[in-house]
Amino acid sequence: MLSIGLGHYLTLAAIIFTIGIVGIFLNRKNVIVILMSIELILLAVNVNLVAFSIFINDLSGQIFTLFILTVAAAEAAIGLAIIVVYFRNSDTIRVEEIKNLKG
Amino acid sequence: MIAHSVFFYVFSLIAIISAVMVTVSKNTVHSVFFLILDFISISCLFIMIGAEFLGMIMLIVYVGAVAVLFLFVVMMLNVAEQKGQWFSSRWDGGTHIPIGLLVSLIIFFEIIIVIGGWKYKADLLNSLSINISTEVTNTRSIGNVLYTDYILLFQISGMILLVAMIGAIVLTYRERAGVKRQSYVKQISREREEGVDLVEAERNKGVKIDA
Repeated sequence: MLSIGLGHYLTLAAIIFTIGIVGIFLNRKNVIVILMSIELILLAVNVNLVAFSIFINDLSGQIFTLFILTVAAAEAAIGLAIIVVYFRNSDTIRVEEIKNLKG
Repeated sequence: MIAHSVFFYVFSLIAIISAVMVTVSKNTVHSVFFLILDFISISCLFIMIGAEFLGMIMLIVYVGAVAVLFLFVVMMLNVAEQKGQWFSSRWDGGTHIPIGLLVSLIIFFEIIIVIGGWKYKADLLNSLSINISTEVTNTRSIGNVLYTDYILLFQISGMILLVAMIGAIVLTYRERAGVKRQSYVKQISREREEGVDLVEAERNKGVKIDA
Protein backbone atom coordinates (compact mmCIF):
# COMPACT_ATOMS: atom_id res chain seq x y z
CA MET A 1 0.00 0.00 0.00
CA LEU A 2 2.73 2.44 0.92
CA SER A 3 5.16 1.79 -1.90
CA ILE A 4 3.81 3.17 -5.14
CA GLY A 5 4.15 0.77 -8.02
CA LEU A 6 3.10 0.52 -11.62
CA GLY A 7 -0.37 -0.66 -10.67
CA HIS A 8 -1.15 2.55 -8.82
CA TYR A 9 -0.40 4.68 -11.85
CA LEU A 10 -2.32 2.36 -14.16
CA THR A 11 -5.33 2.48 -11.84
CA LEU A 12 -5.21 6.26 -11.72
CA ALA A 13 -5.05 6.34 -15.52
CA ALA A 14 -7.98 3.91 -15.75
CA ILE A 15 -10.08 6.09 -13.44
CA ILE A 16 -9.36 9.28 -15.39
CA PHE A 17 -9.97 7.46 -18.69
CA THR A 18 -13.36 6.25 -17.46
CA ILE A 19 -14.30 9.72 -16.23
CA GLY A 20 -13.52 11.03 -19.71
CA ILE A 21 -15.75 8.39 -21.27
CA VAL A 22 -18.55 9.20 -18.79
CA GLY A 23 -18.20 12.84 -19.82
CA ILE A 24 -18.68 11.95 -23.48
CA PHE A 25 -21.63 9.62 -22.77
CA LEU A 26 -23.65 11.73 -20.39
CA ASN A 27 -23.03 15.20 -21.68
CA ARG A 28 -26.01 16.95 -23.22
CA LYS A 29 -24.78 20.46 -22.55
CA ASN A 30 -22.33 21.62 -25.14
CA VAL A 31 -19.66 20.26 -27.43
CA ILE A 32 -16.78 22.02 -25.69
CA VAL A 33 -17.19 19.75 -22.66
CA ILE A 34 -16.94 16.74 -24.99
CA LEU A 35 -13.65 18.10 -26.35
CA MET A 36 -12.42 18.51 -22.78
CA SER A 37 -13.37 14.90 -22.04
CA ILE A 38 -11.29 13.81 -25.04
CA GLU A 39 -8.39 15.77 -23.56
CA LEU A 40 -8.91 13.87 -20.29
CA ILE A 41 -8.75 10.55 -22.14
CA LEU A 42 -5.51 11.54 -23.87
CA LEU A 43 -4.13 12.61 -20.50
CA ALA A 44 -4.90 9.17 -19.05
CA VAL A 45 -3.10 7.55 -21.98
CA ASN A 46 -0.11 9.80 -21.31
CA VAL A 47 -0.07 8.72 -17.66
CA ASN A 48 -0.03 5.08 -18.79
CA LEU A 49 2.83 5.62 -21.21
CA VAL A 50 4.99 7.56 -18.76
CA ALA A 51 4.39 5.04 -15.96
CA PHE A 52 5.38 2.15 -18.20
CA SER A 53 8.37 4.08 -19.47
CA ILE A 54 9.67 4.68 -15.96
CA PHE A 55 8.94 1.25 -14.54
CA ILE A 56 10.26 -0.74 -17.52
CA ASN A 57 13.20 1.65 -17.80
CA ASP A 58 12.66 2.37 -21.50
CA LEU A 59 12.66 5.90 -22.87
CA SER A 60 10.37 5.22 -25.86
CA GLY A 61 7.25 5.75 -23.78
CA GLN A 62 8.19 9.33 -23.00
CA ILE A 63 8.94 10.00 -26.67
CA PHE A 64 5.51 8.74 -27.65
CA THR A 65 3.93 10.84 -24.91
CA LEU A 66 5.52 13.82 -26.61
CA PHE A 67 3.89 12.83 -29.91
CA ILE A 68 0.51 12.31 -28.24
CA LEU A 69 0.86 15.79 -26.75
CA THR A 70 1.41 17.17 -30.26
CA VAL A 71 -1.59 15.40 -31.68
CA ALA A 72 -3.76 16.48 -28.74
CA ALA A 73 -2.83 20.12 -29.25
CA ALA A 74 -3.56 19.93 -32.98
CA GLU A 75 -6.86 18.15 -32.32
CA ALA A 76 -7.94 20.76 -29.78
CA ALA A 77 -7.15 23.59 -32.18
CA ILE A 78 -9.05 22.02 -35.09
CA GLY A 79 -11.99 20.97 -32.91
CA LEU A 80 -12.39 24.42 -31.42
CA ALA A 81 -12.18 25.98 -34.90
CA ILE A 82 -14.96 23.66 -36.07
CA ILE A 83 -17.04 24.58 -33.02
CA VAL A 84 -16.55 28.29 -33.69
CA VAL A 85 -17.64 27.87 -37.32
CA TYR A 86 -20.66 25.79 -36.30
CA PHE A 87 -21.69 28.36 -33.69
CA ARG A 88 -21.38 31.11 -36.29
CA ASN A 89 -23.65 29.21 -38.68
CA SER A 90 -26.35 27.91 -36.37
CA ASP A 91 -26.09 29.96 -33.13
CA THR A 92 -25.97 26.93 -30.85
CA ILE A 93 -23.53 24.26 -29.72
CA ARG A 94 -25.98 22.32 -27.57
CA VAL A 95 -25.38 18.64 -28.21
CA GLU A 96 -29.03 17.71 -28.68
CA GLU A 97 -29.61 20.45 -31.24
CA ILE A 98 -26.72 19.38 -33.41
CA LYS A 99 -28.59 16.84 -35.50
CA ASN A 100 -27.92 17.82 -39.08
CA LEU A 101 -26.58 14.37 -39.86
CA LYS A 102 -29.79 12.70 -38.52
CA GLY A 103 -27.72 10.22 -36.56
CA MET B 1 9.37 6.66 0.39
CA ILE B 2 6.45 7.55 2.64
CA ALA B 3 6.52 11.15 1.43
CA HIS B 4 6.45 9.84 -2.15
CA SER B 5 3.36 7.76 -1.42
CA VAL B 6 1.59 10.59 0.39
CA PHE B 7 2.25 13.00 -2.45
CA PHE B 8 1.14 10.41 -5.00
CA TYR B 9 -2.18 9.95 -3.22
CA VAL B 10 -2.69 13.70 -2.77
CA PHE B 11 -1.99 14.54 -6.41
CA SER B 12 -4.01 11.65 -7.80
CA LEU B 13 -6.94 12.50 -5.52
CA ILE B 14 -6.87 16.09 -6.77
CA ALA B 15 -6.61 14.83 -10.35
CA ILE B 16 -9.59 12.48 -10.00
CA ILE B 17 -11.79 15.01 -8.23
CA SER B 18 -11.03 17.70 -10.76
CA ALA B 19 -11.66 15.27 -13.63
CA VAL B 20 -15.09 14.55 -12.14
CA MET B 21 -15.71 18.26 -11.79
CA VAL B 22 -14.78 18.83 -15.46
CA THR B 23 -17.57 16.45 -16.37
CA VAL B 24 -20.29 17.53 -13.94
CA SER B 25 -19.72 21.28 -13.69
CA LYS B 26 -22.76 23.26 -14.65
CA ASN B 27 -20.70 26.20 -15.82
CA THR B 28 -18.41 25.57 -18.76
CA VAL B 29 -15.86 28.12 -17.54
CA HIS B 30 -15.57 26.18 -14.28
CA SER B 31 -15.00 23.02 -16.33
CA VAL B 32 -12.03 24.66 -18.03
CA PHE B 33 -10.60 25.73 -14.68
CA PHE B 34 -10.88 22.19 -13.33
CA LEU B 35 -9.25 20.90 -16.52
CA ILE B 36 -6.30 23.19 -15.82
CA LEU B 37 -6.11 21.87 -12.24
CA ASP B 38 -6.16 18.32 -13.59
CA PHE B 39 -3.29 18.99 -15.99
CA ILE B 40 -1.24 20.62 -13.26
CA SER B 41 -1.64 17.75 -10.80
CA ILE B 42 -0.83 15.16 -13.46
CA SER B 43 2.27 17.07 -14.44
CA CYS B 44 3.27 17.16 -10.77
CA LEU B 45 2.96 13.36 -10.82
CA PHE B 46 5.16 13.22 -13.92
CA ILE B 47 7.82 15.36 -12.27
CA MET B 48 7.63 13.22 -9.15
CA ILE B 49 8.02 9.94 -11.00
CA GLY B 50 11.11 11.18 -12.85
CA ALA B 51 9.87 12.47 -16.20
CA GLU B 52 10.63 16.13 -15.56
CA PHE B 53 10.79 17.22 -19.17
CA LEU B 54 7.34 15.84 -19.93
CA GLY B 55 5.91 17.41 -16.80
CA MET B 56 7.19 20.82 -17.76
CA ILE B 57 6.10 20.40 -21.39
CA MET B 58 2.69 19.37 -20.09
CA LEU B 59 2.49 22.61 -18.09
CA ILE B 60 3.58 24.73 -21.05
CA VAL B 61 1.54 23.06 -23.78
CA TYR B 62 -1.63 22.10 -21.95
CA VAL B 63 -2.01 24.80 -19.32
CA GLY B 64 -0.35 27.53 -21.33
CA ALA B 65 -1.84 26.85 -24.74
CA VAL B 66 -4.66 24.33 -24.90
CA ALA B 67 -6.54 25.32 -21.75
CA VAL B 68 -6.24 29.00 -22.59
CA LEU B 69 -7.56 28.20 -26.07
CA PHE B 70 -10.54 26.43 -24.49
CA LEU B 71 -11.13 29.36 -22.16
CA PHE B 72 -10.95 31.78 -25.06
CA VAL B 73 -13.50 29.85 -27.10
CA VAL B 74 -15.85 29.39 -24.13
CA MET B 75 -15.81 33.09 -23.46
CA MET B 76 -16.11 34.01 -27.14
CA LEU B 77 -19.15 31.80 -27.73
CA ASN B 78 -22.15 32.73 -25.69
CA VAL B 79 -22.83 29.61 -23.66
CA ALA B 80 -24.05 31.46 -20.59
CA GLU B 81 -27.66 30.47 -21.15
CA GLN B 82 -26.80 26.82 -20.62
CA LYS B 83 -25.58 27.41 -17.10
CA GLY B 84 -28.51 25.84 -15.28
CA GLN B 85 -28.69 22.70 -17.35
CA TRP B 86 -27.05 19.54 -16.26
CA PHE B 87 -27.17 16.13 -17.89
CA SER B 88 -30.93 16.12 -18.34
CA SER B 89 -32.08 15.99 -21.90
CA ARG B 90 -35.05 17.84 -23.31
CA TRP B 91 -36.40 14.95 -25.34
CA ASP B 92 -35.62 11.58 -23.87
CA GLY B 93 -36.03 12.77 -20.28
CA GLY B 94 -32.63 11.56 -19.13
CA THR B 95 -32.89 7.86 -19.98
CA HIS B 96 -29.37 7.98 -21.36
CA ILE B 97 -27.91 8.57 -17.89
CA PRO B 98 -28.21 5.06 -16.36
CA ILE B 99 -27.24 3.39 -19.64
CA GLY B 100 -24.20 5.60 -20.03
CA LEU B 101 -23.16 5.02 -16.43
CA LEU B 102 -23.58 1.26 -16.83
CA VAL B 103 -21.49 1.11 -20.00
CA SER B 104 -18.75 3.27 -18.46
CA LEU B 105 -18.70 1.13 -15.34
CA ILE B 106 -18.29 -1.99 -17.47
CA ILE B 107 -15.44 -0.34 -19.38
CA PHE B 108 -13.77 0.62 -16.09
CA PHE B 109 -13.97 -2.89 -14.68
CA GLU B 110 -12.66 -4.35 -17.92
CA ILE B 111 -9.61 -2.08 -17.74
CA ILE B 112 -9.11 -2.95 -14.06
CA ILE B 113 -9.31 -6.67 -14.83
CA VAL B 114 -6.73 -6.27 -17.58
CA ILE B 115 -4.41 -4.32 -15.27
CA GLY B 116 -4.81 -6.83 -12.44
CA GLY B 117 -4.18 -9.90 -14.56
CA TRP B 118 -1.30 -8.45 -16.53
CA LYS B 119 2.16 -9.95 -16.27
CA TYR B 120 5.51 -8.94 -17.69
CA LYS B 121 6.93 -11.08 -20.39
CA ALA B 122 9.88 -12.80 -18.77
CA ASP B 123 12.56 -11.43 -21.08
CA LEU B 124 11.02 -7.96 -21.41
CA LEU B 125 13.60 -6.20 -19.31
CA ASN B 126 16.45 -7.71 -21.34
CA SER B 127 15.03 -6.94 -24.77
CA LEU B 128 15.10 -3.18 -24.41
CA SER B 129 16.18 -0.82 -27.09
CA ILE B 130 16.56 2.48 -25.21
CA ASN B 131 17.53 2.40 -21.58
CA ILE B 132 16.97 5.34 -19.31
CA SER B 133 20.41 6.48 -18.29
CA THR B 134 20.92 7.73 -14.77
CA GLU B 135 24.00 9.74 -15.65
CA VAL B 136 22.48 12.38 -17.91
CA THR B 137 19.38 14.44 -17.26
CA ASN B 138 15.96 13.45 -18.50
CA THR B 139 15.81 16.29 -21.02
CA ARG B 140 19.20 15.42 -22.44
CA SER B 141 18.42 11.73 -22.85
CA ILE B 142 15.10 12.54 -24.56
CA GLY B 143 16.94 14.91 -26.89
CA ASN B 144 19.55 12.27 -27.67
CA VAL B 145 16.85 9.86 -28.79
CA LEU B 146 14.38 12.28 -30.31
CA TYR B 147 16.78 13.85 -32.78
CA THR B 148 18.39 10.59 -33.88
CA ASP B 149 16.14 7.55 -33.74
CA TYR B 150 12.83 9.35 -33.95
CA ILE B 151 13.76 12.24 -36.24
CA LEU B 152 11.25 11.20 -38.92
CA LEU B 153 8.37 11.01 -36.44
CA PHE B 154 9.47 14.30 -34.94
CA GLN B 155 9.33 16.05 -38.31
CA ILE B 156 5.99 14.45 -39.14
CA SER B 157 4.56 15.74 -35.86
CA GLY B 158 5.79 19.18 -36.85
CA MET B 159 3.92 18.78 -40.14
CA ILE B 160 0.79 17.79 -38.19
CA LEU B 161 1.03 20.99 -36.17
CA LEU B 162 1.50 23.02 -39.35
CA VAL B 163 -1.53 21.41 -40.99
CA ALA B 164 -3.59 22.00 -37.84
CA MET B 165 -2.61 25.64 -37.77
CA ILE B 166 -3.44 26.19 -41.44
CA GLY B 167 -6.67 24.24 -41.05
CA ALA B 168 -7.81 26.29 -38.07
CA ILE B 169 -7.08 29.52 -39.93
CA VAL B 170 -8.86 28.36 -43.09
CA LEU B 171 -11.88 27.16 -41.11
CA THR B 172 -12.41 30.32 -39.13
CA TYR B 173 -11.45 32.79 -41.86
CA ARG B 174 -14.30 35.01 -42.96
CA GLU B 175 -14.29 37.45 -45.86
CA ARG B 176 -15.66 40.80 -44.77
CA ALA B 177 -17.22 43.34 -47.13
CA GLY B 178 -16.01 46.91 -47.07
CA VAL B 179 -12.55 46.23 -45.72
CA LYS B 180 -9.70 47.78 -47.68
CA ARG B 181 -7.05 45.20 -48.49
CA GLN B 182 -3.61 45.26 -49.99
CA SER B 183 -3.20 43.68 -53.41
CA TYR B 184 0.32 42.47 -53.97
CA VAL B 185 -0.33 41.68 -57.62
CA LYS B 186 -1.46 45.21 -58.35
CA GLN B 187 1.47 46.67 -56.47
CA ILE B 188 4.07 44.53 -58.18
CA SER B 189 2.67 44.79 -61.70
CA ARG B 190 2.65 48.58 -61.72
CA GLU B 191 4.51 49.99 -64.72
CA ARG B 192 6.58 53.11 -65.06
CA GLU B 193 4.29 54.59 -67.68
CA GLU B 194 1.21 54.67 -65.43
CA GLY B 195 3.07 55.62 -62.28
CA VAL B 196 5.27 58.48 -63.45
CA ASP B 197 4.17 61.44 -65.51
CA LEU B 198 6.62 63.93 -66.92
CA VAL B 199 5.16 67.44 -67.07
CA GLU B 200 6.65 70.62 -68.45
CA ALA B 201 6.25 73.16 -65.68
CA GLU B 202 6.08 76.82 -66.59
CA ARG B 203 7.88 79.31 -64.46
CA ASN B 204 5.81 80.97 -61.71
CA LYS B 205 2.67 79.03 -62.60
CA GLY B 206 3.08 75.55 -61.15
CA VAL B 207 1.44 72.39 -62.33
CA LYS B 208 -2.16 71.32 -62.02
CA ILE B 209 -2.40 67.65 -61.08
CA ASP B 210 -5.23 65.39 -62.30
CA ALA B 211 -5.96 67.71 -65.12
